[in-house]
Amino acid sequence: MRFVDEYRDGAKARVLAADIASRCEPGRRYTFMEVCGGHTHTIYKHGLEDLLPEDVVLVHGPGCPVCVIPMGRVDDAIHIASQPDVIMTSFGDMMRVPGGRGSFLDAKAAGADIRMVYSPLDALKIARSNPGRRVVFMAIGFETTAPSTAMTVLRAAAEGVENFSVFSNHVLVIPAIKAILDSPDQRLDGFIGPGHVSAVIGCRPYEFIARDYGRPLVVAGFEPLDVLQSIHMLLGQVAQGRAEVENQYARVVPWDGNRTALEAIGTVMRMRPHFEWRGLGFISHSALGLAEEYAAYDAERIFDLPGVRVADPKACQCGEVLKGVLKPWECKVFGTACTPETPIGTCMVSSEGACAAYYNFGRFSRERVREATRS
Amino acid sequence: MCLGIPGELIAADDDNPDLAVVDVGGVRRRINVGLLVEEDLRAGDWVLVHVGFALSKISESEAQAVLDYLEGLGQAYDDELDALRQSDIT
Ligand code: SF4
Repeated sequence: MRFVDEYRDGAKARVLAADIASRCEPGRRYTFMEVCGGHTHTIYKHGLEDLLPEDVVLVHGPGCPVCVIPMGRVDDAIHIASQPDVIMTSFGDMMRVPGGRGSFLDAKAAGADIRMVYSPLDALKIARSNPGRRVVFMAIGFETTAPSTAMTVLRAAAEGVENFSVFSNHVLVIPAIKAILDSPDQRLDGFIGPGHVSAVIGCRPYEFIARDYGRPLVVAGFEPLDVLQSIHMLLGQVAQGRAEVENQYARVVPWDGNRTALEAIGTVMRMRPHFEWRGLGFISHSALGLAEEYAAYDAERIFDLPGVRVADPKACQCGEVLKGVLKPWECKVFGTACTPETPIGTCMVSSEGACAAYYNFGRFSRERVREATRS
Repeated sequence: MCLGIPGELIAADDDNPDLAVVDVGGVRRRINVGLLVEEDLRAGDWVLVHVGFALSKISESEAQAVLDYLEGLGQAYDDELDALRQSDIT
Protein backbone atom coordinates (compact mmCIF):
# COMPACT_ATOMS: atom_id res chain seq x y z
CA MET A 1 0.00 0.00 0.00
CA ARG A 2 3.04 2.24 -0.13
CA PHE A 3 1.89 3.66 -3.46
CA VAL A 4 -1.47 4.63 -2.10
CA ASP A 5 0.09 6.64 0.68
CA GLU A 6 2.32 8.32 -1.82
CA TYR A 7 -0.54 9.19 -4.14
CA ARG A 8 -3.16 10.06 -1.61
CA ASP A 9 -0.89 12.30 0.28
CA GLY A 10 -2.37 15.75 0.72
CA ALA A 11 0.96 17.19 1.85
CA LYS A 12 2.57 16.00 -1.35
CA ALA A 13 -0.19 17.61 -3.38
CA ARG A 14 0.47 20.88 -1.59
CA VAL A 15 4.20 20.74 -2.25
CA LEU A 16 3.55 19.97 -5.90
CA ALA A 17 1.03 22.81 -6.16
CA ALA A 18 3.55 25.23 -4.67
CA ASP A 19 6.19 23.97 -7.08
CA ILE A 20 3.77 24.46 -9.95
CA ALA A 21 3.18 28.05 -8.82
CA SER A 22 6.92 28.70 -8.68
CA ARG A 23 7.32 27.50 -12.27
CA CYS A 24 4.86 30.11 -13.54
CA GLU A 25 6.24 33.35 -14.90
CA PRO A 26 4.36 36.27 -13.33
CA GLY A 27 1.83 37.79 -15.67
CA ARG A 28 1.90 34.84 -18.04
CA ARG A 29 -1.12 32.64 -18.61
CA TYR A 30 -0.76 28.91 -19.30
CA THR A 31 -3.55 27.01 -20.98
CA PHE A 32 -3.37 23.23 -21.05
CA MET A 33 -5.94 20.86 -22.46
CA GLU A 34 -6.69 17.51 -20.87
CA VAL A 35 -7.80 15.44 -23.82
CA CYS A 36 -9.31 12.56 -21.89
CA GLY A 37 -12.63 12.58 -20.07
CA GLY A 38 -11.13 10.48 -17.28
CA HIS A 39 -8.83 13.39 -16.47
CA THR A 40 -11.75 15.83 -16.54
CA HIS A 41 -13.46 13.61 -14.00
CA THR A 42 -10.39 13.61 -11.73
CA ILE A 43 -9.92 17.37 -12.04
CA TYR A 44 -13.45 18.19 -10.92
CA LYS A 45 -13.80 15.41 -8.42
CA HIS A 46 -10.67 16.51 -6.59
CA GLY A 47 -11.00 20.21 -7.18
CA LEU A 48 -7.60 20.40 -8.82
CA GLU A 49 -8.41 23.73 -10.46
CA ASP A 50 -8.61 25.27 -7.01
CA LEU A 51 -5.15 23.94 -6.16
CA LEU A 52 -3.58 25.53 -9.21
CA PRO A 53 -2.45 29.13 -9.56
CA GLU A 54 -5.01 31.29 -11.36
CA ASP A 55 -2.74 31.65 -14.36
CA VAL A 56 -2.82 27.92 -15.07
CA VAL A 57 -6.04 27.24 -16.93
CA LEU A 58 -7.23 23.73 -17.77
CA VAL A 59 -9.55 23.29 -20.70
CA HIS A 60 -11.42 20.09 -21.32
CA GLY A 61 -10.97 18.29 -24.58
CA PRO A 62 -13.05 15.97 -26.71
CA GLY A 63 -11.93 12.74 -25.06
CA CYS A 64 -15.26 11.45 -23.84
CA PRO A 65 -16.39 8.89 -26.42
CA VAL A 66 -20.13 9.21 -25.91
CA CYS A 67 -19.88 13.02 -25.93
CA VAL A 68 -18.65 13.09 -29.51
CA ILE A 69 -21.32 10.80 -31.02
CA PRO A 70 -23.45 12.97 -33.30
CA MET A 71 -27.24 12.82 -33.06
CA GLY A 72 -27.57 11.23 -36.49
CA ARG A 73 -25.57 8.17 -35.42
CA VAL A 74 -27.86 7.61 -32.44
CA ASP A 75 -30.83 7.81 -34.81
CA ASP A 76 -29.15 5.28 -37.12
CA ALA A 77 -28.58 2.91 -34.22
CA ILE A 78 -32.21 3.22 -33.12
CA HIS A 79 -33.25 2.57 -36.71
CA ILE A 80 -31.25 -0.70 -36.63
CA ALA A 81 -32.69 -1.58 -33.23
CA SER A 82 -36.21 -1.19 -34.61
CA GLN A 83 -35.73 -3.74 -37.41
CA PRO A 84 -37.38 -7.15 -37.02
CA ASP A 85 -35.46 -9.72 -34.94
CA VAL A 86 -32.74 -7.29 -33.89
CA ILE A 87 -31.17 -7.19 -30.44
CA MET A 88 -29.15 -3.99 -30.08
CA THR A 89 -26.38 -3.96 -27.49
CA SER A 90 -24.03 -1.28 -26.19
CA PHE A 91 -22.26 -0.01 -23.10
CA GLY A 92 -24.35 1.51 -20.31
CA ASP A 93 -22.99 4.99 -21.08
CA MET A 94 -24.76 4.93 -24.42
CA MET A 95 -28.26 4.44 -23.04
CA ARG A 96 -29.15 8.06 -22.33
CA VAL A 97 -27.31 9.74 -25.21
CA PRO A 98 -29.93 11.82 -26.99
CA GLY A 99 -30.47 11.46 -30.73
CA GLY A 100 -32.77 13.53 -32.91
CA ARG A 101 -35.69 11.35 -31.86
CA GLY A 102 -34.83 10.28 -28.36
CA SER A 103 -32.29 7.94 -26.78
CA PHE A 104 -31.83 4.18 -26.50
CA LEU A 105 -33.83 4.30 -23.29
CA ASP A 106 -36.75 5.93 -25.11
CA ALA A 107 -36.54 3.39 -27.94
CA LYS A 108 -36.47 0.59 -25.39
CA ALA A 109 -39.57 1.96 -23.69
CA ALA A 110 -41.20 1.98 -27.11
CA GLY A 111 -40.52 -1.75 -27.51
CA ALA A 112 -37.06 -2.10 -29.09
CA ASP A 113 -34.86 -4.86 -27.65
CA ILE A 114 -31.82 -2.88 -26.49
CA ARG A 115 -29.48 -4.41 -23.93
CA MET A 116 -26.63 -3.02 -21.90
CA VAL A 117 -23.44 -5.08 -21.99
CA TYR A 118 -20.15 -4.84 -20.14
CA SER A 119 -18.05 -6.15 -23.02
CA PRO A 120 -18.46 -6.72 -26.77
CA LEU A 121 -17.79 -10.37 -25.89
CA ASP A 122 -21.04 -10.35 -23.91
CA ALA A 123 -22.81 -9.15 -27.06
CA LEU A 124 -21.23 -12.03 -28.97
CA LYS A 125 -22.49 -14.43 -26.34
CA ILE A 126 -26.03 -13.05 -26.72
CA ALA A 127 -25.69 -13.74 -30.46
CA ARG A 128 -24.61 -17.33 -29.82
CA SER A 129 -27.53 -18.01 -27.52
CA ASN A 130 -30.10 -16.31 -29.79
CA PRO A 131 -29.44 -17.89 -33.20
CA GLY A 132 -32.80 -16.72 -34.56
CA ARG A 133 -32.08 -13.05 -33.82
CA ARG A 134 -29.66 -10.53 -35.33
CA VAL A 135 -27.44 -9.14 -32.61
CA VAL A 136 -25.76 -5.79 -33.20
CA PHE A 137 -23.10 -4.25 -30.97
CA MET A 138 -22.96 -0.46 -31.12
CA ALA A 139 -19.23 0.07 -30.65
CA ILE A 140 -18.09 3.38 -29.23
CA GLY A 141 -14.80 4.61 -27.87
CA PHE A 142 -11.30 5.68 -28.75
CA GLU A 143 -8.29 3.44 -29.31
CA THR A 144 -8.77 2.02 -25.82
CA THR A 145 -11.89 0.09 -26.80
CA ALA A 146 -11.24 -0.42 -30.52
CA PRO A 147 -8.97 -3.47 -29.92
CA SER A 148 -11.75 -5.14 -27.90
CA THR A 149 -14.19 -4.68 -30.76
CA ALA A 150 -11.62 -5.94 -33.26
CA MET A 151 -10.81 -9.01 -31.15
CA THR A 152 -14.53 -9.76 -30.79
CA VAL A 153 -15.07 -9.63 -34.55
CA LEU A 154 -12.08 -11.95 -35.03
CA ARG A 155 -13.59 -14.34 -32.53
CA ALA A 156 -17.02 -14.20 -34.21
CA ALA A 157 -15.36 -14.93 -37.55
CA ALA A 158 -13.32 -17.82 -36.12
CA GLU A 159 -16.44 -19.37 -34.62
CA GLY A 160 -18.61 -18.59 -37.63
CA VAL A 161 -21.23 -16.70 -35.63
CA GLU A 162 -23.30 -15.30 -38.48
CA ASN A 163 -25.94 -13.33 -36.60
CA PHE A 164 -23.49 -10.91 -34.97
CA SER A 165 -22.49 -7.53 -36.33
CA VAL A 166 -20.86 -4.31 -35.19
CA PHE A 167 -22.07 -0.75 -35.71
CA SER A 168 -18.71 0.93 -35.42
CA ASN A 169 -18.41 4.43 -34.02
CA HIS A 170 -14.78 4.15 -33.03
CA VAL A 171 -12.98 7.47 -33.17
CA LEU A 172 -9.29 8.32 -33.06
CA VAL A 173 -7.65 10.69 -30.67
CA ILE A 174 -4.82 11.98 -32.88
CA PRO A 175 -7.02 13.57 -35.60
CA ALA A 176 -9.14 15.18 -32.87
CA ILE A 177 -6.07 16.78 -31.30
CA LYS A 178 -4.94 17.90 -34.74
CA ALA A 179 -8.34 19.47 -35.45
CA ILE A 180 -8.13 21.37 -32.18
CA LEU A 181 -4.58 22.53 -32.91
CA ASP A 182 -5.74 23.75 -36.33
CA SER A 183 -8.81 25.51 -34.97
CA PRO A 184 -8.34 29.28 -34.89
CA ASP A 185 -10.32 29.91 -31.69
CA GLN A 186 -8.02 27.96 -29.39
CA ARG A 187 -4.59 28.87 -28.07
CA LEU A 188 -3.06 26.05 -26.09
CA ASP A 189 0.32 25.79 -24.41
CA GLY A 190 0.30 22.03 -24.14
CA PHE A 191 -1.63 18.83 -23.62
CA ILE A 192 -2.24 16.35 -20.86
CA GLY A 193 -2.29 13.19 -22.97
CA PRO A 194 -4.78 10.36 -22.46
CA GLY A 195 -3.60 7.45 -20.32
CA HIS A 196 -5.40 4.36 -21.50
CA VAL A 197 -5.55 5.32 -25.18
CA SER A 198 -1.78 5.58 -24.99
CA ALA A 199 -1.52 2.08 -23.48
CA VAL A 200 -2.68 0.98 -26.94
CA ILE A 201 -1.10 3.50 -29.33
CA GLY A 202 1.99 4.32 -27.27
CA CYS A 203 3.64 7.75 -27.16
CA ARG A 204 5.13 8.08 -30.65
CA PRO A 205 1.93 9.13 -32.47
CA TYR A 206 1.96 12.38 -30.44
CA GLU A 207 5.40 13.39 -31.63
CA PHE A 208 4.02 15.58 -34.44
CA ILE A 209 2.42 17.82 -31.80
CA ALA A 210 5.84 18.68 -30.43
CA ARG A 211 7.62 18.67 -33.78
CA ASP A 212 5.11 20.43 -36.05
CA TYR A 213 3.17 22.54 -33.58
CA GLY A 214 5.83 23.20 -30.97
CA ARG A 215 3.58 22.14 -28.08
CA PRO A 216 4.49 19.73 -25.28
CA LEU A 217 2.36 16.74 -24.37
CA VAL A 218 2.61 14.65 -21.21
CA VAL A 219 0.83 11.29 -21.09
CA ALA A 220 -0.72 11.17 -17.62
CA GLY A 221 -2.28 8.75 -15.15
CA PHE A 222 -5.67 9.33 -13.55
CA GLU A 223 -4.90 10.00 -9.92
CA PRO A 224 -5.00 13.60 -8.76
CA LEU A 225 -1.26 13.59 -8.15
CA ASP A 226 -0.65 12.17 -11.63
CA VAL A 227 -2.49 15.09 -13.15
CA LEU A 228 -0.67 17.62 -10.94
CA GLN A 229 2.65 16.02 -11.81
CA SER A 230 1.92 16.17 -15.52
CA ILE A 231 1.07 19.88 -15.24
CA HIS A 232 4.35 20.32 -13.40
CA MET A 233 6.17 18.56 -16.26
CA LEU A 234 4.38 20.67 -18.89
CA LEU A 235 5.34 23.89 -17.10
CA GLY A 236 8.91 22.66 -16.87
CA GLN A 237 9.02 22.15 -20.63
CA VAL A 238 7.48 25.57 -21.31
CA ALA A 239 9.95 27.25 -18.93
CA GLN A 240 12.89 25.62 -20.68
CA GLY A 241 11.50 26.30 -24.13
CA ARG A 242 11.17 22.60 -24.86
CA ALA A 243 8.33 20.85 -26.67
CA GLU A 244 8.48 17.10 -26.24
CA VAL A 245 6.34 14.07 -25.59
CA GLU A 246 6.87 12.84 -22.05
CA ASN A 247 5.35 9.84 -20.30
CA GLN A 248 4.25 10.43 -16.71
CA TYR A 249 2.27 7.15 -16.74
CA ALA A 250 5.08 4.75 -17.68
CA ARG A 251 3.87 2.32 -15.02
CA VAL A 252 0.96 1.49 -17.37
CA VAL A 253 1.86 2.99 -20.76
CA PRO A 254 4.73 1.40 -22.75
CA TRP A 255 6.39 3.92 -25.09
CA ASP A 256 5.53 1.74 -28.09
CA GLY A 257 2.00 0.84 -27.04
CA ASN A 258 0.46 -2.61 -27.43
CA ARG A 259 1.48 -4.27 -30.69
CA THR A 260 -1.11 -7.07 -30.50
CA ALA A 261 -3.90 -4.54 -30.02
CA LEU A 262 -2.72 -2.40 -32.94
CA GLU A 263 -2.48 -5.49 -35.16
CA ALA A 264 -6.04 -6.52 -34.28
CA ILE A 265 -7.31 -3.04 -35.19
CA GLY A 266 -5.26 -3.10 -38.40
CA THR A 267 -6.71 -6.45 -39.43
CA VAL A 268 -10.38 -5.81 -38.74
CA MET A 269 -10.79 -2.07 -39.22
CA ARG A 270 -10.17 0.57 -41.85
CA MET A 271 -9.84 4.32 -41.59
CA ARG A 272 -12.95 6.16 -42.76
CA PRO A 273 -12.35 9.06 -45.17
CA HIS A 274 -14.17 11.31 -42.72
CA PHE A 275 -16.50 11.13 -39.75
CA GLU A 276 -18.75 13.62 -38.01
CA TRP A 277 -17.93 14.46 -34.40
CA ARG A 278 -20.49 16.18 -32.30
CA GLY A 279 -19.51 19.80 -31.93
CA LEU A 280 -16.34 19.46 -34.00
CA GLY A 281 -18.00 18.67 -37.34
CA PHE A 282 -16.49 16.42 -39.99
CA ILE A 283 -12.87 15.45 -39.40
CA SER A 284 -10.87 13.62 -42.09
CA HIS A 285 -9.43 10.20 -41.28
CA SER A 286 -10.71 10.37 -37.73
CA ALA A 287 -12.70 7.18 -37.26
CA LEU A 288 -12.65 3.46 -37.91
CA GLY A 289 -15.15 1.37 -39.82
CA LEU A 290 -14.95 -2.37 -40.54
CA ALA A 291 -12.64 -3.58 -43.31
CA GLU A 292 -14.10 -4.99 -46.52
CA GLU A 293 -12.90 -8.47 -45.49
CA TYR A 294 -15.20 -8.33 -42.45
CA ALA A 295 -18.21 -6.90 -44.31
CA ALA A 296 -20.33 -9.80 -43.04
CA TYR A 297 -19.94 -8.37 -39.52
CA ASP A 298 -20.53 -4.74 -40.47
CA ALA A 299 -23.96 -3.44 -39.45
CA GLU A 300 -23.50 -0.48 -41.78
CA ARG A 301 -23.34 -2.84 -44.74
CA ILE A 302 -26.02 -5.23 -43.47
CA PHE A 303 -28.69 -2.67 -42.62
CA ASP A 304 -29.98 0.17 -44.74
CA LEU A 305 -29.17 3.22 -42.66
CA PRO A 306 -30.95 6.54 -42.95
CA GLY A 307 -27.59 8.25 -42.35
CA VAL A 308 -29.28 11.60 -41.87
CA ARG A 309 -27.24 14.39 -40.37
CA VAL A 310 -29.10 15.98 -37.47
CA ALA A 311 -28.12 19.40 -36.21
CA ASP A 312 -27.59 19.73 -32.46
CA PRO A 313 -30.39 21.41 -30.48
CA LYS A 314 -30.10 25.21 -30.60
CA ALA A 315 -29.64 25.51 -26.87
CA CYS A 316 -26.77 23.03 -26.85
CA GLN A 317 -23.23 24.34 -26.63
CA CYS A 318 -21.47 21.01 -26.36
CA GLY A 319 -19.33 21.87 -29.36
CA GLU A 320 -17.78 24.81 -27.56
CA VAL A 321 -17.36 22.74 -24.41
CA LEU A 322 -15.70 19.90 -26.35
CA LYS A 323 -13.26 22.32 -27.96
CA GLY A 324 -12.53 23.86 -24.59
CA VAL A 325 -13.80 27.28 -25.68
CA LEU A 326 -16.60 27.35 -23.09
CA LYS A 327 -16.60 26.08 -19.52
CA PRO A 328 -19.61 23.84 -18.76
CA TRP A 329 -21.33 26.34 -16.50
CA GLU A 330 -21.14 28.99 -19.21
CA CYS A 331 -23.69 27.07 -21.30
CA LYS A 332 -27.09 28.71 -20.90
CA VAL A 333 -28.99 25.52 -20.14
CA PHE A 334 -26.37 24.04 -17.77
CA GLY A 335 -27.97 22.73 -14.59
CA THR A 336 -31.39 24.09 -15.51
CA ALA A 337 -32.85 22.50 -18.65
CA CYS A 338 -29.80 20.24 -19.00
CA THR A 339 -28.95 17.88 -16.12
CA PRO A 340 -27.67 14.28 -15.97
CA GLU A 341 -31.27 13.08 -15.61
CA THR A 342 -32.53 15.08 -18.59
CA PRO A 343 -29.48 15.72 -20.76
CA ILE A 344 -29.88 18.01 -23.76
CA GLY A 345 -26.29 17.58 -24.83
CA THR A 346 -23.94 14.62 -24.68
CA CYS A 347 -21.44 16.21 -22.29
CA MET A 348 -24.03 15.82 -19.55
CA VAL A 349 -24.56 12.08 -20.14
CA SER A 350 -21.38 10.24 -19.24
CA SER A 351 -19.62 10.76 -15.94
CA GLU A 352 -16.59 11.57 -18.07
CA GLY A 353 -18.34 14.40 -19.87
CA ALA A 354 -17.20 17.82 -18.72
CA CYS A 355 -20.73 19.05 -17.94
CA ALA A 356 -21.69 15.97 -15.89
CA ALA A 357 -18.37 16.02 -14.05
CA TYR A 358 -18.80 19.66 -13.17
CA TYR A 359 -22.48 19.21 -12.30
CA ASN A 360 -21.67 16.32 -9.95
CA PHE A 361 -18.53 17.58 -8.32
CA GLY A 362 -17.87 21.21 -9.17
CA ARG A 363 -19.57 22.74 -6.22
CA PHE A 364 -17.87 20.39 -3.78
CA SER A 365 -14.42 20.96 -5.08
CA ARG A 366 -13.39 23.76 -2.76
CA GLU A 367 -14.26 21.77 0.34
CA ARG A 368 -12.37 18.79 -0.99
CA VAL A 369 -9.23 20.77 -1.53
CA ARG A 370 -9.41 22.10 1.96
CA GLU A 371 -9.81 18.55 3.22
CA ALA A 372 -7.00 17.18 1.08
CA THR A 373 -4.47 19.80 2.07
CA ARG A 374 -5.29 19.97 5.75
CA SER A 375 -2.03 19.06 7.45
CA MET B 1 -16.81 2.50 -19.68
CA CYS B 2 -13.45 4.21 -19.97
CA LEU B 3 -12.43 3.02 -16.53
CA GLY B 4 -9.71 0.45 -16.35
CA ILE B 5 -10.22 -1.85 -13.38
CA PRO B 6 -7.35 -3.84 -11.88
CA GLY B 7 -7.93 -7.56 -11.67
CA GLU B 8 -5.79 -10.34 -10.23
CA LEU B 9 -5.29 -13.34 -12.45
CA ILE B 10 -6.64 -16.46 -10.79
CA ALA B 11 -6.33 -19.11 -13.48
CA ALA B 12 -6.13 -19.61 -17.20
CA ASP B 13 -9.12 -21.10 -18.97
CA ASP B 14 -8.24 -24.63 -20.08
CA ASP B 15 -10.64 -24.59 -23.02
CA ASN B 16 -9.61 -21.27 -24.47
CA PRO B 17 -6.09 -19.88 -24.15
CA ASP B 18 -7.38 -16.36 -24.78
CA LEU B 19 -9.52 -16.41 -21.64
CA ALA B 20 -8.64 -16.29 -17.95
CA VAL B 21 -10.46 -15.85 -14.68
CA VAL B 22 -9.69 -12.65 -12.78
CA ASP B 23 -10.73 -11.41 -9.39
CA VAL B 24 -11.88 -7.80 -9.41
CA GLY B 25 -12.74 -6.48 -5.99
CA GLY B 26 -14.08 -9.92 -4.96
CA VAL B 27 -15.97 -10.44 -8.22
CA ARG B 28 -14.62 -13.35 -10.27
CA ARG B 29 -15.22 -13.23 -13.99
CA ARG B 30 -13.71 -14.58 -17.16
CA ILE B 31 -11.97 -11.98 -19.30
CA ASN B 32 -9.98 -12.05 -22.52
CA VAL B 33 -6.20 -11.84 -22.15
CA GLY B 34 -5.42 -12.12 -25.86
CA LEU B 35 -4.00 -8.59 -26.04
CA LEU B 36 -1.23 -9.51 -23.60
CA VAL B 37 0.16 -12.58 -25.37
CA GLU B 38 3.64 -11.09 -25.18
CA GLU B 39 3.50 -10.75 -21.40
CA ASP B 40 3.61 -14.42 -20.37
CA LEU B 41 0.92 -13.94 -17.72
CA ARG B 42 0.74 -16.15 -14.63
CA ALA B 43 -1.66 -16.58 -11.75
CA GLY B 44 -1.08 -13.81 -9.24
CA ASP B 45 -0.26 -11.19 -11.91
CA TRP B 46 -2.32 -8.01 -12.02
CA VAL B 47 -3.85 -6.58 -15.16
CA LEU B 48 -5.88 -3.50 -16.03
CA VAL B 49 -9.23 -4.76 -17.32
CA HIS B 50 -11.11 -2.70 -19.83
CA VAL B 51 -14.51 -3.78 -21.27
CA GLY B 52 -13.68 -7.43 -20.68
CA PHE B 53 -10.12 -7.33 -22.03
CA ALA B 54 -6.84 -7.14 -20.15
CA LEU B 55 -5.15 -4.07 -21.62
CA SER B 56 -1.93 -3.80 -19.63
CA LYS B 57 -0.02 -5.77 -17.06
CA ILE B 58 0.55 -3.68 -13.94
CA SER B 59 2.39 -4.08 -10.66
CA GLU B 60 0.56 -5.05 -7.49
CA SER B 61 1.24 -1.68 -5.88
CA GLU B 62 -0.15 0.10 -8.91
CA ALA B 63 -3.21 -2.16 -8.79
CA GLN B 64 -3.80 -1.25 -5.15
CA ALA B 65 -3.40 2.45 -5.90
CA VAL B 66 -5.88 2.27 -8.79
CA LEU B 67 -8.39 0.31 -6.69
CA ASP B 68 -8.17 2.88 -3.96
CA TYR B 69 -8.68 5.64 -6.49
CA LEU B 70 -11.65 3.85 -8.07
CA GLU B 71 -13.33 3.27 -4.72
CA GLY B 72 -13.15 7.01 -4.17
CA LEU B 73 -14.99 7.58 -7.44
CA GLY B 74 -18.28 6.31 -6.02
CA GLN B 75 -21.09 5.91 -8.52
CA ALA B 76 -19.00 5.57 -11.67
CA TYR B 77 -17.06 2.65 -10.15
CA ASP B 78 -20.18 1.00 -8.71
CA ASP B 79 -21.80 1.12 -12.14
CA GLU B 80 -18.73 -0.42 -13.73
CA LEU B 81 -18.62 -3.22 -11.14
CA ASP B 82 -22.36 -3.87 -11.59
CA ALA B 83 -21.82 -4.17 -15.32
CA LEU B 84 -18.92 -6.54 -14.74
CA ARG B 85 -21.05 -8.68 -12.41
CA GLN B 86 -23.55 -9.19 -15.22
CA SER B 87 -20.83 -10.12 -17.64
CA ASP B 88 -20.49 -13.76 -18.67
CA ILE B 89 -17.74 -14.05 -21.23
CA THR B 90 -17.16 -17.49 -22.69
S1 SF4 C 1 -24.99 22.00 -20.35
FE1 SF4 C 1 -25.90 20.43 -21.64
S2 SF4 C 1 -26.29 21.43 -23.61
FE2 SF4 C 1 -24.91 22.76 -22.45
S3 SF4 C 1 -22.88 22.15 -23.19
FE3 SF4 C 1 -23.31 20.94 -21.35
S4 SF4 C 1 -24.25 19.04 -22.10
FE4 SF4 C 1 -24.27 20.52 -23.81
